[in-house]
Amino acid sequence: MNYWPLLGVAVVVLGLALRRNPALVVVVAGLVSGIAAGKPLGELLDLLGTAFVNNRTLLLFVLTLPVIGLLERHGLRERARGWIAGFRSLTLPRLLVAYLGLRQLLSMFGLIDLAGHAQTVRPLLAPMSEAAAAQEEPLDEPTRNRVRALAAATDNIGRFFGEDVFLAFGAVLLIQGFYAGHGIALEPMAIALWALPTAIAAFTIHAIRIAWFQRGLRRGSERRRDADA
Amino acid sequence: MLTLEPVYLLLGAFLLFGAVLDYRSRRRAMAVFWAILSLPFLAGDAILAAAREGSHWPAQAMGIGVIALGVMAALGGRRPSDDEAALEHTRRADAVRLGNRLFAPALLIPLVTLLVALAAQYGPPPVRALFEAKQSTLIALGIASVVAFAVAVRVTGAGVGAGLQEGNRLLDALGWAALLPMLLATLGSVFAATGVGDAIASLVAMVIPTDSRIACLLAFALGMVLFTAIMGNAFAAFPVLMAGIGLPLLVQRHGAHPAVLGSIGMLTGYCGTLLTPMAANFNIVPVVLLELPDQYAVIRAQLPTALVLLAVNIALLWLLAF
Repeated sequence: MNYWPLLGVAVVVLGLALRRNPALVVVVAGLVSGIAAGKPLGELLDLLGTAFVNNRTLLLFVLTLPVIGLLERHGLRERARGWIAGFRSLTLPRLLVAYLGLRQLLSMFGLIDLAGHAQTVRPLLAPMSEAAAAQEEPLDEPTRNRVRALAAATDNIGRFFGEDVFLAFGAVLLIQGFYAGHGIALEPMAIALWALPTAIAAFTIHAIRIAWFQRGLRRGSERRRDADA
Repeated sequence: MLTLEPVYLLLGAFLLFGAVLDYRSRRRAMAVFWAILSLPFLAGDAILAAAREGSHWPAQAMGIGVIALGVMAALGGRRPSDDEAALEHTRRADAVRLGNRLFAPALLIPLVTLLVALAAQYGPPPVRALFEAKQSTLIALGIASVVAFAVAVRVTGAGVGAGLQEGNRLLDALGWAALLPMLLATLGSVFAATGVGDAIASLVAMVIPTDSRIACLLAFALGMVLFTAIMGNAFAAFPVLMAGIGLPLLVQRHGAHPAVLGSIGMLTGYCGTLLTPMAANFNIVPVVLLELPDQYAVIRAQLPTALVLLAVNIALLWLLAF
């Protein structure tokens, strides 16, 4: 067993801990790991290039940028804030928990790329969350940033813990493929159904946290009001 | 049959257009950056086809391009969002003038994606035959982006060129963060090809007491989290941990239910995805998109949910798998 390729992992951990540029850290880690495994340079470059091309679907979100950029230049985020501010009873927990549930349900039907950070979070969910959180009083800068981060986190959690229930999702097929390769035959349905308990737990835990976040906001503003009085 | 190829070409053309805009605005480094990044989209199939036929120089040149992108990412900065504040006034005025019509194109992206994806999966056979089944959602996303862009141009009354320039502005603001997901997935492939996973699995197997069911289970679950955090991807961690611990120790020795172990084990890895900057498209890209000052703001927002869910997953594995 050759343990030297683990140096690549060390490069990743060290590079991120030292807050070097992540893109450079990743490229260096790949080179280190490849050289440590004794791969000739030509083969290593071939591997890098082929893997890069094979993973190009990950950049497809960029196609939505012209739409989002154009709409934002014409006031989409301002409009999203104004629209939510018109619903006095729409609180941050109601908005985010509804989004979380919807995102999980849609992911369960395989509609994973329907929403996302570029498609829905930046132009719609984040400004709407800000407006919903500011129903009672305006947000200061750090609180506004925490609301935005929570909106992004809610999108991730909804996506991750819905997608594994979808039969044709890569994870389910990967699990089935692994077992099939080792002589254990499983139906995709059997694998996908066992993802349900975790999906329900994820929804419950994150919904409770969103509610707590709102309570924290309210307490903070009450404390400030007491301090002013 | 409709494949992802035209969608890739479209994306490549947009990146190349951005490169030209940046070159004209004397942002030469950014221009070169986007031009290199357009290659896997404009010439990706040709590169892969050449490699299959035994001609490796195009893939090797792409490999050099990947290294160049990494170096340029570290050297170049991002384009500052210079004119944001100055344009606030016009944005507010437009928001009032255009009203809820602004939502239509934004909502068309998910809506058209949904309709096309549904038609491609469940529609009448002639419609289904139009799409390459495995990639129908992503093809649908490509179609939806084009439709939404056409409607956005119409609603705002801006020109197509102006719209593409706005897209380029966002792209420049993202800078290297846009590239990171692809680079990380590439690293995952390199780690797999150089045997990093096997080395970790063999180290873990040396350390844990294999007679204890709970020790094996904890090593498997925490190993999934740790390895996912390092690789940024639970898919990469899964075969490693399954081959090292899951199959030989938990399934074959301690009699764990394979479907339960596979499914909840994978989701345990997802808890690690919530915790790592290596999962850049989920944890770093939104930080840049939402202009948050703290690089780890999204991870911080996810941390408590991830930790509680990890505990729940371990308990579920213990209860359901044995």
